[in-house]
Amino acid sequence: MYFMQFGWLWQNYDTLLYGALTTILLTIGACAAGSAIGIIVGLCRHRGNLLLRTCGAAYVEAIRNTPLLVQAFIIYFGLSSVGFRLDPLPAALVALVINCGAYSAEIFRAGFQSIPPAQKEAAESLALSKIQTFVYVILPQALRNIWVPLSGQFILIMLASSIVSQISAEELTAAASQIQSQTFRSFEVYVVLAALYLALSIVLKTVLVRMGIFFFPEQRILRRSAKRARSRGR
Amino acid sequence: MREFSYNDIYFLLDATQYTVWLSLASLFLGSVVGIGICLLRLSNSKLIGAIAATIVAIGQGVPPLVLLFLAYFGLAFAGIVVSPFMASCIALSFFAAVYLGEIWRSAIQSIPIAQWEASESLSLSWAQQMIYVIVPQAIRLATPSSVGFIVQLVKNTSLASIVGLVELTRAGQLVNNATFQAFQVFLTVAIIYFCICYPISLISRFLEKKTAH
Repeated sequence: MYFMQFGWLWQNYDTLLYGALTTILLTIGACAAGSAIGIIVGLCRHRGNLLLRTCGAAYVEAIRNTPLLVQAFIIYFGLSSVGFRLDPLPAALVALVINCGAYSAEIFRAGFQSIPPAQKEAAESLALSKIQTFVYVILPQALRNIWVPLSGQFILIMLASSIVSQISAEELTAAASQIQSQTFRSFEVYVVLAALYLALSIVLKTVLVRMGIFFFPEQRILRRSAKRARSRGR
Repeated sequence: MREFSYNDIYFLLDATQYTVWLSLASLFLGSVVGIGICLLRLSNSKLIGAIAATIVAIGQGVPPLVLLFLAYFGLAFAGIVVSPFMASCIALSFFAAVYLGEIWRSAIQSIPIAQWEASESLSLSWAQQMIYVIVPQAIRLATPSSVGFIVQLVKNTSLASIVGLVELTRAGQLVNNATFQAFQVFLTVAIIYFCICYPISLISRFLEKKTAH
């Protein structure tokens, strides 16, 4: 009879912690840069000319319809085979940023579309420039409307970052695989790994919800009154 | 070392059938289990609902890659020798079941409660209410996102390459090992994935527009 053994954990916890830290940093970097790309591409698709709209759509569709694993292979192995070498971690970050950019572009586009045109007209009548209108009027409201789906996307990016272990980027999954190959306790290692990812995703979700409450306090009031109106309707 | 040629493309297309079979198998199994998870989450019992919620939280909070490792090494741990195809199928089915179950639950819950009350007042049993009143309406709401999820599932079959199933991505790696033309090889692989996934995305968007009207 074989029992699960976790003795290896005490000798290797620093490897796991270091991997978890890398995963967290990769996620933050990918979400920040990915959102920036998402805002630009979302704007191109929302209000660009035909060329910008087509390019934006091509980017979004190409990324959303191919696996991240293959994208990472193209960026890491593919680019180095045509003479453009990236180290594993930068390559992983680039792959995640491009991936996150395509998904968040769609979310941001929906956000921009959800803003009534009257908002833009009102800002114009206050003599705000185009950039001021976007930064002070459109973007904050759009961000508030899409905060929930955007948070979900960030969590998915954190989970997807496990895939870059396959181009030998030293994040959490790679750390676990390394421990596994040294200790041969494969099942125990992967159970711990799953628990760590679960904990990370719960923490990330809590942080994002808190951020939503902090930045958009009015959203809660709106949602509560909508709920009350619905229950009254019944 | 040799050039990337038509034979390699043929080899890639040949391996694509495993991607397709794996997607179909996990879609089928995942749907069956997903219905179960959906019903458990709708249960009136707090305990059953909490258990189902935990299963969903695990399935959505653990990366599909780690689920795959757990299935592959976990079954070996339990003394069951599984092929890479079986392990991938089990992991992806669980992945699909959790997400599809949630899509379907939210569709069913978004049906106005008056529909339940009206059908109850016609003295329909719970199963009759479900089959004749709720599900036909919920299906219309849930179809676009369910079809959209198939794209995610197809893309995640690429993970099976990591446990050694020779599907499209693994075939690409094998071709790359022989030709060292990674850029051309993986671009071809990506294009094949695109040809599978893009039509499904288009169908999903078409259905979404149709439901919106």
